[in-house]
Amino acid sequence: MATEPVWITGIGLVSCLGEGADAHLAALEASDARPVVDEEGFAPFPVHPLPPLDLDRQIPKRGDQRQMEPWQRLGTYAAGLAIDSAGARGLVADMHLVVAAGGGERDTALDEAVLSELATMPPERAAPLLNERLAGGLRPTLFLAQLSNLMAGNVSIVHGVTGSSRTFMGEEAAGADAVRIASARLAEGRGGIALVGGAYVAGRWDMLLIYGLSGLLRRGAWAPMAEGGGMVLGSVGAFLVLETRSHAEARGARGLAELAAVATGSARRTGEDTARASAAALAGNMRALLRPGYAVVSGASGAVGPTEEEAGFLADLRDAGPAQGPVLRTADAVGHSVEASFPANLALAALALGRPDPPPQALVAGFGVWRGEALALLEPVREGRA
Amino acid sequence: MTAPSRDHLGRPLVAVTGVGLVTPLGIGVAESWGGLLAGRSGIRRITRFPVDHLKTTIAGGVDLPGDDATGEAAPASVRVERFAALAIEEALAGAGAVVDGRFPGPLFLGMPPVEVAWSLRMDLARRAGGEGAVRYPAMAVAGNGSRQAFEACLFGGVGERLAARFGTRGAPVSLSTACATGASAIQMGVEAVQRGEARSALCVGAEGTVEAESLIRFSLLSALSTRNEDPARASRPFEKTRDGFVMAEGAAALVLESLDEARARGATVLGLVLGCGERADSFHRTRSNPDGGAIVGAMRSAIADAGLAPDRIDYVNAHGTGTPENDKMETLGMRAVFGDAPPPISSNKSMIGHTLSAAGAIEAVFSLLTMRDGRLPPTINHETPDPAINLDVVPNEARDSKVERVLSNSFGFGGQNVCLVLGAAPGG
Repeated sequence: MATEPVWITGIGLVSCLGEGADAHLAALEASDARPVVDEEGFAPFPVHPLPPLDLDRQIPKRGDQRQMEPWQRLGTYAAGLAIDSAGARGLVADMHLVVAAGGGERDTALDEAVLSELATMPPERAAPLLNERLAGGLRPTLFLAQLSNLMAGNVSIVHGVTGSSRTFMGEEAAGADAVRIASARLAEGRGGIALVGGAYVAGRWDMLLIYGLSGLLRRGAWAPMAEGGGMVLGSVGAFLVLETRSHAEARGARGLAELAAVATGSARRTGEDTARASAAALAGNMRALLRPGYAVVSGASGAVGPTEEEAGFLADLRDAGPAQGPVLRTADAVGHSVEASFPANLALAALALGRPDPPPQALVAGFGVWRGEALALLEPVREGRA
Repeated sequence: MTAPSRDHLGRPLVAVTGVGLVTPLGIGVAESWGGLLAGRSGIRRITRFPVDHLKTTIAGGVDLPGDDATGEAAPASVRVERFAALAIEEALAGAGAVVDGRFPGPLFLGMPPVEVAWSLRMDLARRAGGEGAVRYPAMAVAGNGSRQAFEACLFGGVGERLAARFGTRGAPVSLSTACATGASAIQMGVEAVQRGEARSALCVGAEGTVEAESLIRFSLLSALSTRNEDPARASRPFEKTRDGFVMAEGAAALVLESLDEARARGATVLGLVLGCGERADSFHRTRSNPDGGAIVGAMRSAIADAGLAPDRIDYVNAHGTGTPENDKMETLGMRAVFGDAPPPISSNKSMIGHTLSAAGAIEAVFSLLTMRDGRLPPTINHETPDPAINLDVVPNEARDSKVERVLSNSFGFGGQNVCLVLGAAPGG
């Protein structure tokens, strides 16, 4: 089957640093800057908060905004930024959509009220009362805002993206497979343009409850990953417009980077089936493509375990050559954003390739907190290569 | 003379060589299909949990072996995983595709989003301790280090555990496209085989969220039938007095591989997946555009992807939820695609209810069995025809009909529509 080069032609990126290329490029250049962190709002867990968003710019109908909670709004907003960045507003009808999603916000106030009343009751008494409290307290809008596939639904409704719509689930791996499969479909000629990405809101107690269970979150004051001490979650919305080279060239769109390779795997992370070995296997075909000075955009989360595994993999890669360029640990700047992290790191890598005096290429790594390893190689787009 | 092994676009033809089912009609393909052809309803009163204060107290539940004995109901994601595993076991046994305990391809798993179980929330609330009001921050701190509970809450957990158990290759892909989820999982597998990325794929749709909170949510959207007094007659797709769908659970698994691969290893081919089509709707979160554009687009693109004209479709396996809205829109779509002479269409959901994330996969399996046996399953509870629905819905009783190609429809909340065209086994 024919394969075509796939370009990134649009980036929609929102994080605690702000939105758009400039806010993030500035941070890439000032690597020692202390990031934007909220240490009080969700204590004892520090989080990277959302920046203020002018929602009306991307979600003009107030009715649409009301149908969502922050997680869906962030994704829908970032998706709109990506479409604008690609100059692709007129192409949404045939644009394919792959979203990596977790769950939307629960009504935590209702949960707390229910738990306060029922948690210590015998289960046979609590169960019927739980029904009564939920029947009286749940709101239909919040159900829709909670549904994983309705981030994609909202992107379709608000931005008119209707080529196709798929929602992948499964934390970091969902973000990486979303990119991998969206890109593979374009390369083989199933459409010319796709929108892919996800969002994560760190300041949510219903999510902190889950990650609190892991024991992997940093507590107390923020510190960079190098000091150890665990993971800091970050609020990030990250969408990419992917496009075949011929589709982009036909409409005169500029490629920000070429997605030269993307591969995903899932080690069981027991015995010899380690994340480090899994990533080494994924790197197999990419090794031959690496050139001296390649940059690394690391998706290390700060979670104890996979973070060390990733460092080991990158050291192996460096030792095997060619010479490694700068390694950017993005979670230090924007936090770990789970489903959004791989698309966000691709976006940051593409931006790095567009800087003055850029690295020759960028390798993006993703190591999931529990499962999932992913690698992508971005190449600069050379003018007139066609 | 062997039939061709490539389709009209030069892609490898994709064969189905193993299927497994768990439905409200039974565990296993034989029991489920037998019940469906007999026009039996799997809808019953809910007894697994208290139904006090619920507007809808019926569902297409599946009794898991040992379900009642444990006392405490298993959380939804555990049920999803167990249903999926049962369906996968049956599909793999039928396909004979496992080599050294490993399945030689990736897993595509359509499933509902994972939610924290109320039992866990209650447990954390108690561990947070103290008198009076329970707050999330205290619960989040109290749960610190409960790794097993953490893994049970992850969206990737079900897929990962199934991938580990059945030895599938690569990263498992879990997905949700609302009520089209099961069909999307098949589509992903078809594409992987067509692309040459995998020689075979394990495609699964699983659902297990029949529980109080889900029933309440769908009730809030006025989506569910409230015909509680007569469960077997509650699901009435395409019928005048239909009043909503009935939630159900179950799973289906399909082993896909290239026809060449299947022939080379002498596998029995149950049928082909000839085409897939999808179209998203941008109209509304729970309703389709009144022009039916996305539904029509998905049906037409599936038929075109199969390289067929609409008149080559012999039968349509309906989305047919039994909501006033869906069945009206599906009728409109049928008329737009097939004109004045649409093929017969029937709704499995009249008997098994709406298995949500599993529906597209379960109904694809039923579509293959329809062709294998030359027998159309009925739409039961067809008592008062709806004059606005001028379709042959195979009312109430199964009937014989030679079927070579089936269109299977799946239309989802949030505007995600996926249609599959399935074909009979070649040279049979």
